[in-house]
Amino acid sequence: MLDTTDMANQDTPTHAIETRVLDKRDKGRSLDDEDICLEVEKLDLYYGEKKALNGINMDIPRKRVTAFIGPSGCGKSTLLRCFNRMNDLVDGCRVSGRIALDGEDINARSVNVADLRRRVGMVFQKPNPFPKSIYENVAYGLRLQGINSRRLLDEVVERSLRGAALWEEVKDCLNESAMGLSGGQQQRLVIARAIAIEPEVLLLDEPASALDPISTLKIEELVYELKDDFTIVIVTHNMQQAARVSDYTAFMYMGDMIEYADTNTIFTNPSKKMTEDYITGRYG
Amino acid sequence: MEQKDIGGHISQQFNEELEDIRNRVLAMGGLVEQQIADAMVALTQGDEQVADLVITNDYKVNGMEVAIDEECNVVLARRQPAASDLRLIVAVIKTITDLERIGDEAERIARMATHIIDKNSVVRFHSRIDHLGELVRQMLHRALNAFARMDAELAVNVWKEDLKIDKEYEGIMRQLITLMMEDSRSIPCVLDVMWAARALERIGDRARNICEYVIYLVHGKDVRHTSLEKLEEDVRVDHPAEEDPEE
Repeated sequence: MLDTTDMANQDTPTHAIETRVLDKRDKGRSLDDEDICLEVEKLDLYYGEKKALNGINMDIPRKRVTAFIGPSGCGKSTLLRCFNRMNDLVDGCRVSGRIALDGEDINARSVNVADLRRRVGMVFQKPNPFPKSIYENVAYGLRLQGINSRRLLDEVVERSLRGAALWEEVKDCLNESAMGLSGGQQQRLVIARAIAIEPEVLLLDEPASALDPISTLKIEELVYELKDDFTIVIVTHNMQQAARVSDYTAFMYMGDMIEYADTNTIFTNPSKKMTEDYITGRYG
Repeated sequence: MEQKDIGGHISQQFNEELEDIRNRVLAMGGLVEQQIADAMVALTQGDEQVADLVITNDYKVNGMEVAIDEECNVVLARRQPAASDLRLIVAVIKTITDLERIGDEAERIARMATHIIDKNSVVRFHSRIDHLGELVRQMLHRALNAFARMDAELAVNVWKEDLKIDKEYEGIMRQLITLMMEDSRSIPCVLDVMWAARALERIGDRARNICEYVIYLVHGKDVRHTSLEKLEEDVRVDHPAEEDPEE
């Protein structure tokens, strides 16, 4: 990037300055041009008799950040939990329709759910490190897979902690308990734990809502870095966070997908009045 | 509170977005400067090709205004900028409007040049208007420097240059009026030159506006529609460290 202050000191006109293309910028992004990771087709979900999702259709693009926003109870966390079949753990929950990861139906009988949850990792609102050392937290998933080589574990633990922007803060105390870390650090540890097993998709369910503003910004900055390697879906009740961090935003209301488009469009010129009312605070 | 750094956010992407916007404004400013220089060549040397180039290039200036406006809208929507970040975006939106109007004035000068060329007339008084054109181009260049460096002191000094331009403009107008009185056949051509001189004077006013936006950006003080004395006072009183070392 040219140093424009230097340019300003010269007598020659400044029209020779080239504007740097920002590689990760989502200017003019369109879902039509994206490689799709997760496909959702006519998805209905019931908790017993109560219908929580109504015929959801959407494509989640690969290696982008997709945010779900909407008022409480709109179904955004429910939809998120469909992607790694966490809703299987809820009594009386049933799903119809199709969700495909890389073209394969994740609800098919032949699917190994444990394997699905390795490929589709999840981070929750409240940081939940295991009551183990920092090292063992990150290594846990690898040990479950049967990996016991110290050298390999060390390598993956360091890579994951670096990837979660936590390594510099914990490299000298890896054997200390994870419970001694701050909230923001614990959440980054949980992210390190999730990425250690090299998922394809990361589901983040309000990952920063329990954190202070600076930790929140650091998590957001981390999400921006992580999308180079992972497809990220984030649920947030903070729509300004969705505006800052996501490439695509889906607005949901009462189990319906109201509008789904690139974030620039949603926040500058949404096409549905309901979306506009929500993001401008006219809702409710 | 004085702010001179547009970076330093936790979000690197936000830093890059602001830097990109600033670079685009400077690129637009550079193009507009070139338009003024070319328009003056067209006017004083009767170069029709250069005049046509200026008229054609105005669409590029307009396109830049639209593109930068769009970027600013996106930053406002997505980043919810506050304090100096917000003032930067507001200053940019205002600056590009003035730059686009300056572009229009340069185009107007080029059009007057084509009229004069068509009338096959010699502009005998071109040295004075050439001087005015150079004063104006320099003023805009220095105003853009002040923006690039976020230098409010420089902005105040450049602001004062408009007074020189106004004086020069008045002198040219008197001269042109005298010419028309002396020889009525010169009137059609002199009128074209008058419009060109007026366009230059307007560019000076707009460059002065840009200086006001720089002061707003750096110090958070809105100095529009105030006198020079008040402007200098606003920039100096709150920030004694910036006092002119010569005083």
